[in-house]
Amino acid sequence: MMTFYWVALLIISFAFVGLLYRLIKGPSIADRIVALDALGVALVSIIALLSLILETKFFLAIILLLSILAFIGTVAFAKFIERGVIFDRKPNR
Amino acid sequence: MKTNDVMLQTATKVVIFIILLFAVHIFFTGHYTPGGGFVGGLLTASAIVLLMLAFDLDTVKKILPLNYVAMVAVGLLIALGTAGASIVFDVPFFTHAYDYFDLPLFGKTSLHSAALFDLGVYLVVVGVTMTIIQTIGEDE
Repeated sequence: MMTFYWVALLIISFAFVGLLYRLIKGPSIADRIVALDALGVALVSIIALLSLILETKFFLAIILLLSILAFIGTVAFAKFIERGVIFDRKPNR
Repeated sequence: MKTNDVMLQTATKVVIFIILLFAVHIFFTGHYTPGGGFVGGLLTASAIVLLMLAFDLDTVKKILPLNYVAMVAVGLLIALGTAGASIVFDVPFFTHAYDYFDLPLFGKTSLHSAALFDLGVYLVVVGVTMTIIQTIGEDE
């Protein structure tokens, strides 16, 4: 079973490298933001596999924390490239 | 320009409660597992930031009428008060105490005065983070 975890970790690491390529090369900003969001998901799965390999459950809080932070970061970036501001001052309706 | 972000606002209304609950969980489990006042405070601040992203600064100020600078002061007072209470009981500064109590709903619970110190840390972290973000966000 341990070999299975290591193989899965290797495959996700390759996916990580591919996403890093898209992050660096990506022609538009939106490509880079999507790559960053997917990098967050890949990082979450890497941490999950590491917690299986190290046989600890103390990493599980980090998984939820990273998903929340990746979500908020992606929303902030998306709002910035769409409107130019991150926080509106007034309600816009 | 009129924009319609009903998806973001609806998702925020659901997700914000999960984040706040997780923040409270990570605050209270800080004694035995990773977490504590600092991470809990940052998570609470990020929940409020998500609310600011989905809505706007005036709406958030209306639904959460908190003075974050006063929150920093209250947090520091709680932390200092926990440390200073040791003087009353004639023990060295910052000495903490704990005991086991039989609470009606929770059963046998160990209550530690370090949790009060952590509450001070939590309030300071939330207050400082939200002060920084709100001041930058209101800048023209």
